[in-house]
Amino acid sequence: MEDLKNREPILKIRDLRKSFGTHHVLNGFNLDLFEGESLVVMGKSGSGKTVMIKCIVRLMQPDSGSIELMGKDITRIDHEEMDILRTKIGFLFQGSALYDSMTVRENLEFPLRIHKEKYDQKDKLVKEALESVGLLGAIDLMPNELSGGMKRRIALARAIILHPKIIIYDEPTTGLDPITAKEIVELMKEIQIKYGSSSLIITHDVDCARVISNRMILLIEGVNYVEGTFKELVSSEDKKIKAFFK
Amino acid sequence: MRLSIFTVPSKIEAFFIEIGELSLFAARFFKETFSRPFEFKELLRQCYNMGNRSLLLVSVTGFILGLVFTLQSRPTLLDLGVESWIPSMVSISIVREIGPVIIALICVGRISSGIGAELGSMRVTEQIDAMEVSGTNPFKYLVVTRILATTLMVPLLIIFGDAIALLGSAIVEYLKSDMSFLLYFNKVFNALEFSDIFPAIIKTFFFGFAIGLVGTFKGYYCKNGTVGVGEASNTAVVYTSMLVFIIDFIAVFVTDIFSSIS
Ligand SMILES: Nc1ncnc2c1ncn2[C@@H]1O[C@H](COP(=O)(O)OP(=O)(O)O)[C@@H](O)[C@H]1O
Ligand SMILES: [Mg+2]
Repeated sequence: MEDLKNREPILKIRDLRKSFGTHHVLNGFNLDLFEGESLVVMGKSGSGKTVMIKCIVRLMQPDSGSIELMGKDITRIDHEEMDILRTKIGFLFQGSALYDSMTVRENLEFPLRIHKEKYDQKDKLVKEALESVGLLGAIDLMPNELSGGMKRRIALARAIILHPKIIIYDEPTTGLDPITAKEIVELMKEIQIKYGSSSLIITHDVDCARVISNRMILLIEGVNYVEGTFKELVSSEDKKIKAFFK
Repeated sequence: MRLSIFTVPSKIEAFFIEIGELSLFAARFFKETFSRPFEFKELLRQCYNMGNRSLLLVSVTGFILGLVFTLQSRPTLLDLGVESWIPSMVSISIVREIGPVIIALICVGRISSGIGAELGSMRVTEQIDAMEVSGTNPFKYLVVTRILATTLMVPLLIIFGDAIALLGSAIVEYLKSDMSFLLYFNKVFNALEFSDIFPAIIKTFFFGFAIGLVGTFKGYYCKNGTVGVGEASNTAVVYTSMLVFIIDFIAVFVTDIFSSIS
C-alpha cells in the first residue's frame, strides 16, 4: 500500500460543501480513494457522513466542490452518463434498503434490468452474488423473513451484482449484534479480495475500522480533520481524535 | 398560549406552497409519462393489485348503498304514489352522484392511504434512493405507474360498484313489491340517459387521478422517519377526500352549464 500516493485516485473529492439552510454540514471536505484500498471515514453521528457519500452518487447535490469519479466530474455530467458511472459503484445503505415488496431474487435482479446483456444472464449473476455472501438458500424469501444480518448480506449481494469498482458502505455494522457485525466485516474483506474492488467505508465502529481499514479519515466539523492509518490515529494525542477511540 | 396575527398567514402560506409543489409534481408526472422507458409490467402489476385489494370492499359498500338507499326512499315515494319511479330515481342518483362519490371515498381510504404509506416507508428506509442508485428512475417506476393505475382502475371500480348498488336496489324491490329483475333493469335503462352516464364517468377519471397524485406526492416526499410515514398516509386521505368533493362540485357545475346550453 506504500505506492498508493503515486497513483491517480479513482475517486477524488475536493472542497466539498453542503449546507441545509444555515446548518453547514460539509465545509470543504477532501478525499482520495485509490484503487484496491479500504478507506474508512469516521465521524460522529450527524457529522455529515451520509450526506458526503450521497453526493458521490448524486443522490444529493453539493453546494460547491468537485467530485471526480474515474476521471469524470460527476457534478458536470448528464443523467445518462451518471447512470453508467453508477453501475461501477456498489452502494450498501445504512438500513440495507431492500425492496420490501420483492423477493430476494427480484431485489438482486433489479440493478440488472436496465442492462440488456447483463439481464440475459441474470440467473447466473444472482446465484454468483448470493454465493459470495453465503446465502444462496434465501433466494426465494421475502425481506421480512430475513434477520438483520441476513438483510445486510443480501443488500451487499445486490450492491456487488454488477461487479462494481468501488463499494460504498454506509455504516455496515450499525444495528447488528457484535458477532454478526464481525461476520459482516469479514465478508467485506472477502469480497474486496474476490472482486478486486476499492471500498469506502463510513462507520463509527472502531472494531470495524481496525479490521478493515488501510487508511482512515476523521470527519470533524465538516472537514477531513486528520488522515492516517488506524495505528497512527489510535496513538494520537489530539483530544478530538482520542475521543473516537475511547 | 400566545396568539399572533402572524401564525395564520404562515399557515396559509404553507398551504399555498404545498399546492404549488403538488402542481409541479403533477407537471412532472405528465412529462415523465410520455418519455421513455415505459414501465408496463409494473403498471399492470399495480392495476391488478389495486383492483384485487379494493374489489371486495367496493362490492360490499356498493351493495349496502343500493339496499339502504332504496329502503330509505321507498316510504316517501309510496306516500306520493309514485312507487314505480323507484328504479329510475334510485339509478339516476346512484349513477350520477352517490355511487361515484362514495366509492371514490372508499378508494381514497384504501388506495390513497396505501400508496402514501408504501412510498413513505420506501422513502424513509432509502429504498427510493436505492432504486435511483441502480439506474432506475424511481419517479417513473413508482409514481407514474401508480397514478396511471389509479386513473384507470378507480373508474372501473366505480362502474362496478354502481352496478352492484343497482343490484342491491333491485333485490329490495323484488322482496318488497315483487318487481322482477328484468322489469327493474328495464326501467333503469329506460331512465338512464347518455347525459347521466357520460359526465359521471368522466369525473371518475379525475377522482382516480387525484387519488394517485396525492398519495404518491405525500409518500414520495415523506420525511421524519416512521412518524412521517403515518403522517403521509393520513394527510393523503384527508387531502384526497377533500379533492374528491371539490372535483365533484366542479364536475356538477360544468355539467350544469353544458346541459343548460343544449
Ligand atoms: N435532506 C436533509 N435536509 C435537511 N437536513 C439534512 C438532510 N439530510 C441530512 N441533514 C442534516 O445533515 C446532518 C448530517 O446528516 P448525515 O450525513 O445523515 O449524518 P451521519 O454522519 O450520521 O450520516 C444532520 O444534522 C442532518 O440533520
Ligand atoms: Mg448516516
